[in-house]
Amino acid sequence: MTTEGAAAPIASPRPYEEPLVSVRDLKKHFPILGGFFRRQVGAVKAVDGVTFDIFYGETLGLVGESGSGKSTIGRVMLQLDDATEGTVTFDGIELTAIKGEQLRRIRPRMQMVFQDPHASLNPRMTVASIIGEPLKEHRAAKGSARKERIEELLELVGLEPGHANRYPHEFSGGQRQRIGIARAIALNPDFIICDEPIAALDVSIQSQIVNLLQQLQAELGLTYLFISHDLSMVRHIADRVAVLYLGKIMELAPGEDLYEDPKHPYTRALLSAVPVPDPKVEATRERIILEGDIPSPAHPPPGCPFNTRCPMAEARCSAEVPAWRELASSHWVACHFAE
Amino acid sequence: MMSSQPVLRVSDLTTQFDTQDGVVHAVNSVSFDLRPGEFLGVVGESGSGKSVTMMSLLRLIPMPPGEIVTGEAEYDGVDLLQIDIDELREIRGGKIGFIFQDPMTSLNPVLTVGYQIEESLRIHQDLPAEQRKARALELLDLVGIPSPEQRLKSYPHELSGGMRQRVMIAVALACSPKVLIADEPTTALDVTIQAQIIELVKDLRETLNTAVIWITHDLGVVAGVADRVVVMYGGQIVEEATVDHLYEAPQHPYTMGLLGSLPRLDQKGMDLVSIPGSPPSLLKPPQACTFAPRCPYAFERCHSENPPLTAIDETRKLACWWDVENERPRYDD
Repeated sequence: MTTEGAAAPIASPRPYEEPLVSVRDLKKHFPILGGFFRRQVGAVKAVDGVTFDIFYGETLGLVGESGSGKSTIGRVMLQLDDATEGTVTFDGIELTAIKGEQLRRIRPRMQMVFQDPHASLNPRMTVASIIGEPLKEHRAAKGSARKERIEELLELVGLEPGHANRYPHEFSGGQRQRIGIARAIALNPDFIICDEPIAALDVSIQSQIVNLLQQLQAELGLTYLFISHDLSMVRHIADRVAVLYLGKIMELAPGEDLYEDPKHPYTRALLSAVPVPDPKVEATRERIILEGDIPSPAHPPPGCPFNTRCPMAEARCSAEVPAWRELASSHWVACHFAE
Repeated sequence: MMSSQPVLRVSDLTTQFDTQDGVVHAVNSVSFDLRPGEFLGVVGESGSGKSVTMMSLLRLIPMPPGEIVTGEAEYDGVDLLQIDIDELREIRGGKIGFIFQDPMTSLNPVLTVGYQIEESLRIHQDLPAEQRKARALELLDLVGIPSPEQRLKSYPHELSGGMRQRVMIAVALACSPKVLIADEPTTALDVTIQAQIIELVKDLRETLNTAVIWITHDLGVVAGVADRVVVMYGGQIVEEATVDHLYEAPQHPYTMGLLGSLPRLDQKGMDLVSIPGSPPSLLKPPQACTFAPRCPYAFERCHSENPPLTAIDETRKLACWWDVENERPRYDD
């Protein structure tokens, strides 16, 4: 799953060339209501026009700071929230155009692993009923077949069959996340959105969960969207990486290209800000310290969303939204000056 | 920069909490020194006792249910754990500053930023109001807050997370403390803001020559700034070394596991070594090595005897029965 040398005719880390999920110009604006009649006085532009594909069998990393809209993208892709504009296509089916029973029939094929394993598991349900619920809901298995499937799933995620009748509070954070993963793979999905799946876990447990996700991907042929603010972990797990800022994608490239040769000034600053656990490397690294904070998505700056903090910004940046261009093979960037 | 006389000396500190489930042995016989102007990183996962250790020093843990069972914390010739509370209050915030993880809950939401910075000056220093205000202004400027005059009148909710943490640092530095204890000060912040805060503390330490204890779960954060690092696990210090030695040649299997389980931004392709199992329950006093159940090197002695923290050379202390380098039990005679 790693990129081969640059000599390859098409530098592509994709195991398959067909997109499983296509997102086109997706927008999600949350209305701000105000005034006496609670009229809409503005909008939080959580996601403001993003376009990308996720190919069969790959892991696309989606990174960004808080408020960049990464979780909202995940939720809209699975139609847990309606899109304001734009389309999401899954395996040729336009999800944004269907609803009700039609949508429900596709749901088993796309699942989600949530950030907080404490909040995403019902404390009153046993592990067996948590993992068995999707099987029941979508009539995938019942009776002894369901029981067998639950045991099989427990084993797949590294838990024991004996855990089936326990409750979530009896498990550690890492084990709970395993339960959440078992629930997500119960219906043999093609696509899983992992929304900060390790952010709430201790460091020594994070690698356990990431290794499990990679192992399941290899065994079950899964396609992942891995949403995270942890750039080091994304480098480890993702084939391609998209960098989000204020609801827009700033840069999208194969992992190696993005980390070794970032083109967008924001990506450069972001990468330089991540500490490396090695004092020798830290002593020689050059850090780009960005001034100020991320602007509010309710009042994004005109032009390039990053222009208020960008060390390279010129007059043009606050006047004109940069085009989304392919700078090198599969290396996309939204910046007037990137080259 | 560093003299041999420590500014803070903690020895044999043991803190317990009496809970419904039993006695939690949160900190077990922890000892360490802090030299003047030194930057000490304290690394550990949740429940390792790193925060409780520092809170215990200043008697900031709720008592009861908390209890400091044994220990000394010597600062400037006095034992912080013995002196009376009025004397301790002089030191807290005056000589020893504290920054907490979440700036939203540690700043008072109904008081202005200026009031909160001036508060510690009011308590610890006998300054006229005008000078206090001038000092508050100077502090806001020092921690890099733009247009400080206006910000003095702001309330915490009007500031972003990074700005609030800067205010917290200004409050902690108001009386020019000799020691600054920072408990996960950047954990709640985004990485670009974290970089700003780390840079700020680095600069401040150089200009003010304050000794810093930086508590974190992230081995990356302290790699670039610490002089020495202490690794905690299960309420105990398991390894202590200069920053270069610790990262280059960790000697404790837990430190090794922790470093191995971290993906690195500047490298790709290695498999992540994961530490099996989960952190220990602290409901029993440690009678054996707390890491033994997860340790790939554990042998009989590890399960029956708790290894003490022992100096193995001039720059390193270790609590482990196994000699990783020579692949044999340590102290085996």
